[in-house]
Order: sequence, then structure tokens, then C-alpha cells
Amino acid sequence: MAPVQVRATVLTVRRVDAYHALTLVAPAVATKFRPGQFITLAVGGPESSMLGRRAFTVHDVRPDHGGTVEFVFEVRGPGTRWLAARHARDVLDVVGPLGRPFPVPREPCRCLLVGVGYGSAPLFGLAARLRERASSVDFLIGGASADRVFGALTARRTGRSATVATSDGSLGARATVSEMLEQVIREARTEVIYASAPVPDLRAITALAGRYDIPVQASVDVAMACGTGVCMGCVLPVTGTDGITRIVRSCVDGPVFRGDLVRWDDVGTIPFDALGAPGWKPAPAREPREPRDGREGREGREVPPPAAPPSGAARTIPSTAGGAEGSAPRASADSRHAG
Amino acid sequence: MPADLRARLGQLELPNPVLAAAGCAGAGRELAHFMDVARVGALISKSIMTEPRTGNPAPRLTETPSGLLNSVGLQGPGIDAFLQRDLPWLLSRGARVIVSVAGQTIHEYGALASRLSNAPGVSAVEVNLSCPNAEQTGRPFALDPETAGQVVAAVRASLRREIPVLAKLSADSADIVGVAGACAASGADGLSLINVLLGMAIDPGTVRPALAGTFGGLSGPAIRPIAVRCIWQVREAFPDLPIIGTGGVRTGRDALELMLAGASAIAVGTAIVNDPSACSRVLRELEEELAVIGADRAADVIGAAHGTHRTHGGHGTYEAYEAYGVRGRLSRGPSRWG
Repeated sequence: MAPVQVRATVLTVRRVDAYHALTLVAPAVATKFRPGQFITLAVGGPESSMLGRRAFTVHDVRPDHGGTVEFVFEVRGPGTRWLAARHARDVLDVVGPLGRPFPVPREPCRCLLVGVGYGSAPLFGLAARLRERASSVDFLIGGASADRVFGALTARRTGRSATVATSDGSLGARATVSEMLEQVIREARTEVIYASAPVPDLRAITALAGRYDIPVQASVDVAMACGTGVCMGCVLPVTGTDGITRIVRSCVDGPVFRGDLVRWDDVGTIPFDALGAPGWKPAPAREPREPRDGREGREGREVPPPAAPPSGAARTIPSTAGGAEGSAPRASADSRHAG
Repeated sequence: MPADLRARLGQLELPNPVLAAAGCAGAGRELAHFMDVARVGALISKSIMTEPRTGNPAPRLTETPSGLLNSVGLQGPGIDAFLQRDLPWLLSRGARVIVSVAGQTIHEYGALASRLSNAPGVSAVEVNLSCPNAEQTGRPFALDPETAGQVVAAVRASLRREIPVLAKLSADSADIVGVAGACAASGADGLSLINVLLGMAIDPGTVRPALAGTFGGLSGPAIRPIAVRCIWQVREAFPDLPIIGTGGVRTGRDALELMLAGASAIAVGTAIVNDPSACSRVLRELEEELAVIGADRAADVIGAAHGTHRTHGGHGTYEAYEAYGVRGRLSRGPSRWG
């Protein structure tokens, strides 16, 4: 659904271990939201010298006060520090919901939700939606240390199973999420993976899932400045369902992508075979289309066509990388540069 | 009574002087959720090239004090897709469209102009002269009067006479007045002042340049004083040449400042990144500013900050007298630092 720009009142700002959770009263955003989507905020007030908006995937929406929206973030620069210092009743400039939500399978299946750090935040709303559709939900979440694992208790309470891993062993297994993945997939007999994590983790998760022929919907955490698609800052190389690689914006074509379509090894580069790359030549009968700009996706995307994983054979989730079809999830990401 | 907002750029008449700047409004669709694209005076579309183009690798953007530094690298769909998809969409929404073109060679600019010459609904063509000239070791066309003039002449020669040509200049040029003169002599109907300034940021965390492209274009309120200076200088030298003021406009007051320096219209750019409804907000605020100073027409403030000894608007001493009178009325005494 179309995003809106609203002035939203802060309800609470609270510390959650290493992170902060900020809850806003934003009914117009809350009622349109689907799990995996994100919001952006202007930081520093109307005269701020910080011009980039800060983008965060939504953790939770609730019906109280007409509709609240909560997001979880880490202080990594002056912008997020400013946000962490907000108080109840402060008013913020908020835009959302933005981006393509997580696609939800049409038929019940066994879903594994993988989150690293505050990347877990958007997974709990997704889990509720999956359970509504009679899918089962297993969790695998982790982080560098116990205070950087978000939502372990909720995962244990609501998941069919919940596996926690920390690099220092301070909570759950002493391992990375990627290292635990194979074991969890086997035990849970996972059919679909939803992942929200830094790019290196998503790359590892997608690679392993590929060996098991399990589709992955990956929510990328890429620095964004506008969140609406005008600045062209948050780009990734993604292969479309037509086999052509395009440089796409994670704010409008993501933040959820089909994991196998993202060229993880080429993130931060322009692959030589990407449409429009230097030396690239149009194929004779090409359709003149924007390098994966997927604007039609904007209109067409509302309800992620839940590509049902036909039980058994070729399980797929609605493609998200391509263009108009789509779906998927989230983005959080304070503009990396700015924090 | 609300001020008459109509703006005129040579032959081109616009309902108001607040435009969306090239590269900050895409082709309009991204912003349509947040504002009516028909409400802005005109939307200047993101610079289009002949072929689809990936642009530069990420990271492409970084935040600097009151600015953004970008090296997006003109990612775009190419002229075919623009004409088939983007332009018709904008026109269907009632937007007035100024098409920005970018080329790597003088020939490419001319070829793009030929394509646009027969396209319906092009209000004007803005020539982005800040592209590297592939035939001259990557030196941007905008830096030298000669090359800038050659590009403008190529565009003018390939475009129907009724479509105005606006040259977008760079303050990186050592002689922006000279470049402006060369563009005017080559048939430019107006100018856009100014494009981004070349800058650089280094990330101490990575001990590397913050942008994959090493250098980037600096935009935002940080460059506004430079825009004001350039508009002022060019207006002094060529009082008859219409100017679109671009560079750091974030509020109606900023818009007024650029118009007082000599801009007939202004374009909102980087502020859109921060606020997707910035164009409609700036227009509203400009109306308020005009009401405060009692200006009946937005056109009255154009160049009003200049001295009264020279003619304004090219219509002889009567206009000069008008400008003097307007300035006399507009002045409220010096603003203070808050």
C-alpha cells in the first residue's frame, strides 16, 4: 500500500540490551504495514545538518492509540544518537510503510526465521502472520554477544523451536548463526527460510540453503539516504527472473529479495554483465526497461503474491528480485555513513 | 490576496517558480505518493543518456554537514525507456516536464536532443554539462566555455526551436560567467545554476574514501551560498538570461534568497531526499514569504537584491525603476542571527 508521510508522536523510547526500541503513534503507517516493510525518519529536527533519512525495519505494530509502530535500532552515529535521546510526546517526521514485505507462502509449510543482531526485529511480526496461515515457525537467532541477540525470549515463547547462537557463547551455542544453520535445517526439516541479517550472513545462509534446495527470502540491511527511491544510493546487483542482472535499489525493489537472485559476491561492485554496465550492449530484441527499477512493482506489489511452495517439488517463494512480482521484506539500516 | 506565482523562463511559462531538480525527483513516480507532481512548477527529470546505465558501485552516498556527497554515476534506463514509460506517465499526471540530458560526447547530446525534439510534452531541455567528456580525458564539459558552448550548440541545432534549451552549469568552473556567456552565445535560452560541487570524504573507520567513486558531487544547504554567488554574478553579467536557481534550497526563505539574487525559478534538490514533500512545502513557504514582504507577484523579487544602476529584465529603465521600487518596499531591515 502506498506509503504516507506523517508527523508521529513518540510514545516510548526504551533500552533493549545493546539496542533501543522506539514506539511511535502512527495509525496511517500501522494500518498499511506488512511484515518486512520499513519506515524512514528525519533526524535532528527541521534545521538539522543531517539530511539523510534513517531507515528501520518495523518490529511491531499494535492497534493501541489508533495504531503504533515500533522499531529497534543501534546507536551508530549522530542520527541514531539523536533518536535514542527522544522522549515521549516528541514529534518525528516519519515515512512508511516502505519496501516490499516478506512474501508469505500460500500453503502451510515449515518456515525457519533467521535473524542476526537487531535484524531479528522484523521476524516476529512475520512469524505471527505465518502462523495465521498455518505454517510452522522455527527460529534461529544470534549475535556477537547476549546483549546483541534481539528477541530470544519471544522466539522461545512463540517458535516451534528456537535456537540461539552467540559468537562469544554468552547466550546459547558458541557459534555464528551460519554455523548453526545446517543442523537446524535438518532437525526442523525446513522448507522455507526467511533471513534478516548483515550481508555476509545472508550470503552464507543463501549458499547453504541452496545446497538443500530451500528457498530463502533475505531482508538486506543496506545504507539508505531517502528510502523512497530517488537517491539511488542503496543499490545491489540482483538477477531478475529473466536472467538479466540489474543494479536495483533495495528501498523500492527490496528490502526483501529472493536470496538466490542476489549476487552476494558482487555486492558493492558493478558486475560486467549487469544491464547498462560499461561495455554492456543491448541484446537485439531487448525490452527497453529501466535497470531493474521495478517501478511497476510499486503499484503491483501490495499483496505479495504468495507463491505457494507446492508441497514437495519445486518450492518457490514469490520472486522478489525481479520486478513486478513480488514481495518481501524489510530493511533496517541506519544510513551506515551517518548513523 | 495571494501573490501571483507565475514564472517565466524565456518563452516557457510555468504556474509557479518552484521546480524539482534533476536527479532528486527520479522521473516523478517515487514522489507521487507524497505530493502532486502537477503542483510543482515543473519537474526536471533525472539526467537521461542514450543507453541504459548501471552507474557506479556502492557506496554511492555519504552524509556531510548540511550536505550529501554522491557518486551515483548517472544510473538510468536510457532514452528509449524514458520516452516510452517515464515521460508519458509524468504527462498523464499533468506534470510539466523539463528533460535533463547527459552525454559522454557532444554527439551524444545532439542525438538525445533529436530524440526529444519530436517527443510530445517536453517543456524544455536541461543540458547537464557536468558529465566527463570522453573525448577529452574525462574533463567535464561545464568547466570550459568552449566545450560547454559546443554542447549547447549541438543540442540547440537538434531541437525544435519552440523547446527552450537550459544549460546547467558548474561552480567548479573557474569562470562561470564566461561559461554562461558561451552558452548564451550558442543558443541557450536560459541557465540552471548550479550543479553539485566536486568533493570527497574519507571514512576513518575503513581508512578509505567513503565513496566507491572516490570523489562525489556535494549538494544540499552547504552549497547554497555558492549558488547565490553564481546566480548573482551571472545575473549581473547577463540580466536578460533567465536562470533556474538550484543549490541547497530547503525552505521558502532559501527559495526567496535565490530569486532575489536573480533566479526566475528555483529547483529543490537534495532537500527532497530529506523530505519527500519538500517541493510542495517550499512552494507554500515561498507564498508565505512573499506575503510577509508584501510582494504581489513572485516575478517582482527576481534580482531585486541587485543595485539599481543597471537595467533589470531587459526592458529598459522602467523595469529598473520597478525593481528599485520593489526593493524599497521589500526591505524590512537586516535579518539577525538567531
